[in-house]
Amino acid sequence: MMEEVKETASVLSVHDDSIKVTEVLKDGDTLTFIIVSQKLSGTGEYHVDRTYEDFEWLQQHLFSQGDVPGIQGVIFPPLPAKPQVNASPRSIKQLGFLALGECQPYCKALETFLQQVAAHSILSKNKAVEVFLTSSDPPGRQKVKKNIFNRLSQAVEEMRKEGHKDVDEFFQNERDHNLVLTGCTKTAAEKFLDVVATEQKIAVACGHFSTALHLCVEPGEDPDKQAFSRVCVKLSEVFESIKKNMTSVAENNVNTLGLGLDLESRYQEAEREMLFRRTCKLVELENAQRNVEKAKPVKKAAMEEVKKAAETEFEHTSGVAKQEVKSTINNCIPHFHVSFHSGLVC
Amino acid sequence: MKSDSPLFLVAQDLTLFCICVNVQSQPASLAAEDISTNSNGPKQDSLFDDDPEDLFAEATEEVSLDSPERDVLLSDGPSPAITPITPPTSVITPRIGHTHDDMFTHSSFDEIEEEEGGDSFDIHISVSDPEKVGDGMNAYMAYKVTTKTSISLFKRNEFAVKRRFSDFLGLHSKLASKYLHIGYIVPPAPEKSIVGMTKVKVGKEDQSSNEFVEKRRSALERYLMRTVKHPILLKDPDVLQFLESSELPRAVSTQALSSAGLLRMVNKAADAVNKMTIKMNESDAWFEEKQQHFENLDVQLRKLHTSVESLVCHRKELSVNTAQFAKSAAMLGNSEDHTALSRALSQLAEVEEKIDQLHQDQANADFYLFSELLGDYVRLLTAVKGVFDHRMKTWQKWQDSQMLLQKKREAEAKLQFTNKPDKLQQAKDEIKELEGKVQQGERDFEQISKTIRKEVSRFEKERVKDFKTIIIKYLESLVQTQQQLIKYWEAFLPEAKAIS
Repeated sequence: MMEEVKETASVLSVHDDSIKVTEVLKDGDTLTFIIVSQKLSGTGEYHVDRTYEDFEWLQQHLFSQGDVPGIQGVIFPPLPAKPQVNASPRSIKQLGFLALGECQPYCKALETFLQQVAAHSILSKNKAVEVFLTSSDPPGRQKVKKNIFNRLSQAVEEMRKEGHKDVDEFFQNERDHNLVLTGCTKTAAEKFLDVVATEQKIAVACGHFSTALHLCVEPGEDPDKQAFSRVCVKLSEVFESIKKNMTSVAENNVNTLGLGLDLESRYQEAEREMLFRRTCKLVELENAQRNVEKAKPVKKAAMEEVKKAAETEFEHTSGVAKQEVKSTINNCIPHFHVSFHSGLVC
Repeated sequence: MKSDSPLFLVAQDLTLFCICVNVQSQPASLAAEDISTNSNGPKQDSLFDDDPEDLFAEATEEVSLDSPERDVLLSDGPSPAITPITPPTSVITPRIGHTHDDMFTHSSFDEIEEEEGGDSFDIHISVSDPEKVGDGMNAYMAYKVTTKTSISLFKRNEFAVKRRFSDFLGLHSKLASKYLHIGYIVPPAPEKSIVGMTKVKVGKEDQSSNEFVEKRRSALERYLMRTVKHPILLKDPDVLQFLESSELPRAVSTQALSSAGLLRMVNKAADAVNKMTIKMNESDAWFEEKQQHFENLDVQLRKLHTSVESLVCHRKELSVNTAQFAKSAAMLGNSEDHTALSRALSQLAEVEEKIDQLHQDQANADFYLFSELLGDYVRLLTAVKGVFDHRMKTWQKWQDSQMLLQKKREAEAKLQFTNKPDKLQQAKDEIKELEGKVQQGERDFEQISKTIRKEVSRFEKERVKDFKTIIIKYLESLVQTQQQLIKYWEAFLPEAKAIS
């Protein structure tokens, strides 16, 4: 069913921090997520069910707000990669921590995405968000054509423009810092993933050992045999509990620090993309300025117009970007705080 | 709730460990059983001990002083000079001519056992200070063997000697040639490792060669302790000489590529073939049952061994991964501007590093305690099976001489009808000799069966004791590791809370 999404700004009618992804239902190959949110008016909740495609729909709508000034300066909350019921090794690698555990880390990641969108001053105004969170019917599934984020072309230009020197020191620093931070976080996340994977392997090995010990139990009257069997049974129990401990430790790690690192890593990627867009705008502006200088008098006025447009856009973008960057610091801390505080055992 | 649950889980496991550590309280009852069955042991040998004990008890000593080739056991501690350098008979062949003395020595063994049955076993051997002697391919590792004891057998209470690996192998081969074929379970020596030793010889001072030396040192120590725990082997002059005398003749026959080595291999093959062809009429169900039991045990222990090895491997991996994560967390901490977060991350990195060390230690504990123990027992079981095989061979010999006797009797009967008095006399003499052999064969068979029964029960008791001790040690180490982990994390918690 196609929903007409108006481009007018609207106010979100739910509490942003009340949004929870409570459940995930598996039906063959499709996963459906149950989302619950509290009404602002305080008189109840919205229960909606959405698939991953619905999330993508929402994201597309957010991306396509071409007429909102400075939209390019927004750090778009990252949406996790598409989950698969029978995941291929490549997609598992892509999902990283989110592929481990049952669905809990993944649901948490989706939840964070929605909360960040709903809390964002610019993004929450998009009608699509309201529709997504409150409408009992599924939002439209058709792809929105106008998309300012054509990833393919970006990849090629990235090489050239990434290193373009900035006019603003604040942003230059931020870009450099972001580059370093992105690399570090990604490495840390990968290494931690290795740790968790090994913990799981140990849990499995303990399980095997425990089973093997059980096989050593011999029936018999012989006191020696009985003593040996007793010892084996006890040890088998110990290893069984070690296994359980390891499993829960690994699970905990995934749900806390693992998730935190993953969110952090993806958020920094999103910031990097935003900074890159701004840099592109800067390049555009500089090109426009050059064109104005080089233009013949006939074309000069037109070039001047283009330049002005580029300037305005750039200013808006930078303005929004600066705000975003400053608030980023407030964004990432809660992740780590939650991670560290709620589960540290290795 | 979330902040408590992980620690709570660990605490839960600690209580389970404590319950298991209380398994320790069991030995009290088991020890009582130990002593009672021990004293029962010698008394079981009622069959023919009464006679030899009276007749030959004194004769034992006489015989030993006169004929130095007999490796006879004396409790007076013979001077090592009597024991000649054993010719390279590391091949396990039954010594037909000497079965007389073996029987005598058995009775004297029993005497000694009865006398000292109540004595507490007080000897401790440690192998330490591996030292590289020499250079290049002729280099070897010398180990210091320290003995601390209060047993009167030894001249002093505490003494040390230097031995090399081939000395240990030499000791084992001597003991094996003396005792294996009469039914005693001689603990096997640690295995040779050409690769490992070559690395050490060449002078590679790295982690793996250090590990190799440590592994070997530990194995040698366990080997010696097992050997002296055996009441008979403890008193063997070769063992005493090994532990006490500063100079030991070099055991050349243990080299893999020597002529003795080749002879060993050939005989091993021959033995394997023989084993397949001997069909024994087992009159005693006990032996059949025990053999089956040991087969099963072998399978189980091997499985356990594989499991433990994989566990050790994973733990080592965990330690490596934790170290890498610690490094990356430190880097992240350095690049983060937010000071509290940065500090927290650096602290996290430090904690993880300490944990990595912990994991490493735990891996070592897993390995040295468990894996080696299981490996030792798998090898011991080979010795046990060998002893059963010897019993079969003894039976075979007895049967063979019986058949030969039968044939000779038939031949004699035939000769009765011919008129050849000297041939007849010869036949009669041969028959007499054979009759003696048959009787001896039967006695040997009875003896070896009896010895095996005793040895098996001793082995089983040792097995339970060994496992229990190791398991308790292991559990204690586990508990310690967990407690240490908790301490580390508790120290870190305030840092984490301080981030916001």
